[in-house]
Amino acid sequence: MADQYPTDDAPISASKRSDAVETAHGQMTDAKGNSIVGRSVTINKPVGELFAFFRDFANLPSFMENVERIDVLDAKRSHWVVKGPARTTYEWDALVTDEVQDQYIVWSSQPGADVDNSGRVEFRDAGARGTVVTATILYDPPGGVVGKLIAKMFQREPAIQARRDLRRFKQLMETGEIATAAMNPKQHEEEFA
Amino acid sequence: MRALAWHGKHDVRVDTVDDPEIVNSRDCIIKVTATAICGSDLHLYDGYIPTMQSGDILGHEFMGEVVEVGAKSTLKKGQKVVVPFTIACGSCYHCGKHQYSACDNGNPADNQDIGQELYGQPMSGLFGYSHLTGGYAGGQAEYVRVPFSDVGPIVIPDGVEDEKVLFLSDILPTGWQAAEYAQIEPGDTVAVWGCGPVGLFAVQSAFLMGAERVIAIDHFPRRLELARKFGAETINFEQSAVYEALMEMTGGIGPDAVIDAVGLEAHGFFVDNVIDQIKASTFLGTDRTHSIRQAILACRKGGRVSMPAVYGGFVDKFPLGAFMEKGLTLKTGQTHVQHYMPALLNAIMEGKIDTTFLISHRMDLEDAPKGYKMFKDNQNEVTKVVLKPGFN
Repeated sequence: MADQYPTDDAPISASKRSDAVETAHGQMTDAKGNSIVGRSVTINKPVGELFAFFRDFANLPSFMENVERIDVLDAKRSHWVVKGPARTTYEWDALVTDEVQDQYIVWSSQPGADVDNSGRVEFRDAGARGTVVTATILYDPPGGVVGKLIAKMFQREPAIQARRDLRRFKQLMETGEIATAAMNPKQHEEEFA
Repeated sequence: MRALAWHGKHDVRVDTVDDPEIVNSRDCIIKVTATAICGSDLHLYDGYIPTMQSGDILGHEFMGEVVEVGAKSTLKKGQKVVVPFTIACGSCYHCGKHQYSACDNGNPADNQDIGQELYGQPMSGLFGYSHLTGGYAGGQAEYVRVPFSDVGPIVIPDGVEDEKVLFLSDILPTGWQAAEYAQIEPGDTVAVWGCGPVGLFAVQSAFLMGAERVIAIDHFPRRLELARKFGAETINFEQSAVYEALMEMTGGIGPDAVIDAVGLEAHGFFVDNVIDQIKASTFLGTDRTHSIRQAILACRKGGRVSMPAVYGGFVDKFPLGAFMEKGLTLKTGQTHVQHYMPALLNAIMEGKIDTTFLISHRMDLEDAPKGYKMFKDNQNEVTKVVLKPGFN
């Protein structure tokens, strides 16, 4: 990639080029999906702590608002139940296709998924500032462009979700809790319904 | 509980609402003993701030007694605390640099979208100041849920009157930061635009930082009198031309540092689509841009510009040429309240700073709607309204 565009170091999530999806596919194993979401966040914690928390997929629903449940099936496989617009849910089995501890995790949905998707999350040491976590997700929006629009209306669009989920991940890891303006537990529950 | 809720333009009411409770483990609940109406609250009142919702509880200058604590709060029931208006986590990169109002985590994740779009990166949460800054319920209420209570609230020693310390929540640190950002050197002449609470505290702070002369500019006689009490020379812009006056008063040099404390006082957020509306009302738009333009023109070559006044959107006719050619330095931003609170509490306790002079009216929380109307209608007489639940 570097050879191909010697004057542009920008990540593919910022790409205006027509081959962005193709480039992203090149970074994945068993890539699936033709819409890209990419987002980075710097978290003021060491790489090891963040990787360990993230790699235990049962932890993910604690900050991924639209993930209803993740059942860890074995070391590489997990079953995801995710909220869609208007009380729908989407389910799939995900397989970790590649990983290096404290560096990256790559996954891909398995045949029979409601939404084909694949992704890569990278953890890069940022010295005194902690760790840069970069998530790149490829997916095929259910219902194509119209489905994406509806999902956006209901704030379940993956680009919006990824941005907010990474902020919540950061909040949870840095402060031990997720910021909320709810005045009491009842309001708090309603917000996450 | 009873709380002052916003229902629309010029429509605030004291409603009965659910009591706040502990939600996260670092929370505390305080029983409010004193809370003030800020100049920036008037802009919520006037309907200028977007992302307000009917029923939002206002107030970001408040203090009270701790009545509930979460498992990770460091406070104890019964302690008296003043709460900073900025909601900061204390553990992110910015908090580590004491840039508390730039906290990454104080604003709930979903609410950060608007700030990210508008400003490039979202700022911290604030109490009682629209959903752009988090949608947190404010302090003009009987009780408040305070997140990150191990970082924000400062404990007040027993026996200290509320009125002496209440303004640590916002306007005193804001005035102090404004003076600090003016990078005052001994012997300097500092000009301050606006003698509202922030401007008046900036006047006091500038002298404490070694300014030889402070020149305060306003048009309300009562406010100019207060500035004079602290040793400032004053210019009434309805009676004299400000640039000409400043040049003459400084022997043709211009002030070494200028502080723009006009407009929304210390905080408030405007999106560009309401800026035109604001500009149309000379009350805000023109005056505000006018003061910063005048400050930059008057400032001496190589001088410093400090801008506690809020500019949320885009500004026309900013004198970029004068700013560059004269080699000025500009420092601005929301106040890092938590950074300044301990030293300013000490200064109050040692009698170096007086804050009670500002209070012109004291009222029951139940009378808050009357307080808003008075404050809006008579800015000359009403310098600060303090609300106390159960005052009557």
